[in-house]
Amino acid sequence: MEDVDQLSTISPTPPGEATPGRPAARLLPSLRPLTKDFWTGGEHGELRVHRCRACGRFFHPPAPICVRCQSFDVAPEAVSGRGTIAAFTVNHQPWLPKFPPPYVVALVEIEEEPGVRLPSNIIGCPHSEVEIGMRVEVVFEQWEDVWLPLFRPEAAR
Amino acid sequence: MSMSGGPFGGRAVISGVGQSQVGRRLGRDGLELTLEACLRAIEHAGLVPADIDGVATYPGSFAPDPGFSGAGAADVVTSLGIRARWYLGSMETAGQLGPVAEACLAVSAGLADHVVCFRSVWESTAQADRGRAGVLAGGNQEGRAPAIEPYERFAPYGALSAANWLGMLAQRYMHDHGLTREQLAQIPLNARRNAALNPNAVYRTPLTLDDYMSARIISTPFCLYDCDVPCDGATAVIVSRREATAGLPQAPLTVESAGTGLFEGSTWDQRPDLTTMAAHDAAETMWERTKLSPSDVDIAELYDGFSYLTLQWLEALGFCERGQAGRFVEDAERISLDGDLPLNTNGGQLSGGRLHGMGLLHEACVQLWGQAGERQVAGDPAIAAVGAGGGPIAGCLLLSRTD
Repeated sequence: MEDVDQLSTISPTPPGEATPGRPAARLLPSLRPLTKDFWTGGEHGELRVHRCRACGRFFHPPAPICVRCQSFDVAPEAVSGRGTIAAFTVNHQPWLPKFPPPYVVALVEIEEEPGVRLPSNIIGCPHSEVEIGMRVEVVFEQWEDVWLPLFRPEAAR
Repeated sequence: MSMSGGPFGGRAVISGVGQSQVGRRLGRDGLELTLEACLRAIEHAGLVPADIDGVATYPGSFAPDPGFSGAGAADVVTSLGIRARWYLGSMETAGQLGPVAEACLAVSAGLADHVVCFRSVWESTAQADRGRAGVLAGGNQEGRAPAIEPYERFAPYGALSAANWLGMLAQRYMHDHGLTREQLAQIPLNARRNAALNPNAVYRTPLTLDDYMSARIISTPFCLYDCDVPCDGATAVIVSRREATAGLPQAPLTVESAGTGLFEGSTWDQRPDLTTMAAHDAAETMWERTKLSPSDVDIAELYDGFSYLTLQWLEALGFCERGQAGRFVEDAERISLDGDLPLNTNGGQLSGGRLHGMGLLHEACVQLWGQAGERQVAGDPAIAAVGAGGGPIAGCLLLSRTD
């Protein structure tokens, strides 16, 4: 992957150091064989998205087959961690007692493949500044065996 | 007979409808509500339970969360002593109306004469104050997000509700097409005006634009009034083989077409165009199966689990151009009971209660039969479009009264 050198600049939030707005609890994903790389790549500073080796395209969510060319030659691969906000909402409703609103939920389109979108939270900037088209970069937030990919404004680094 | 032939060749008709008590926290059993609706529909059709030989329902007895399903197909078979020659209970179909389309196929093929199709919910009682997302907040047995779409990918980010998933899409639509909150408000305001004339609606007190604009935000751009109201209630319709309806009291309503398409995979976030939904796939298949067109439609009952979904259905079904739904509804008169396209004439789910698609089908039938009381659309409406579902879930039906 051509941007692999830059991955070293993206490190997981060190244990004990809170990401901005870190809630007291999250509803974590189970680690399944197909999804494990996506949820744990952050341990190595990598955002890993499934890619088809036959047609070269990324896709999400992870699947055993390329949803575009139907090749089974697919595997997770590190991407740059940069992307743009394709859509977002500011949630104000308290769904989870230990995850109080407001917080921003967004679909982040990865730089390598427009149309491949990752649901996530936008952190590190006022909610009023979040907008569609904003460039963001990944930051990882560790919870037990999960390194959740979150995104912050690219300029905030 | 059928105006168009269509996928069922005019052989599939609706012969009766019924609805249970509808309300907030009724404290009644889901099966009891289901049976109340089914028996009322059977009676309305001029039938008795022994005449029923088919059962179809969404989602069946395996509900993802409490109150989402009041009963499965087998519960009704057992309870009413039905000898079902054909039955179905499924969530993996063309949305909440999918089992109705399946029933149309079944009677067209002669597999059954009279199929009772139902949808029942008791979310208001089962989920109390917590709502569906609150119920899911405890996670699965391991305390983790359910390993199913869309929860697995969205719940870790605190996005437990369709209000979040669809809020993102609505905001993208606003960005791309200039939809305003004032335009979006016309859907709940229209619903509330119509609900005032519906004695079974949950919310009937007047709602103003000021009320809407000052309401608390749930998930931008949605405020409280953009979200439908969970309720307890069941709806049933009887789908019959036309030849079996001779002598029955209601003029048979022909199911002219059904929209059952799914072209873009079943996710809420990966559709190439984020400003369209599976509704577009369902609508496309509905129109390609009939000679009728959007300009033939007299009334529209379009899913409003969230206000934005009604705008999606208006565009998907071709009542306005892509990106123009906000401008289409900002003329409130156009979608009123007296307008060119009366919309969600019973108050929809926003004010009538979240009967999950089937309440809209019930209303379409009642209007076509001229049995809608105070809210009856004038001019003897003869053709109705019904669409249900949001995101990757969608199905639609086109009905005509041809007595």
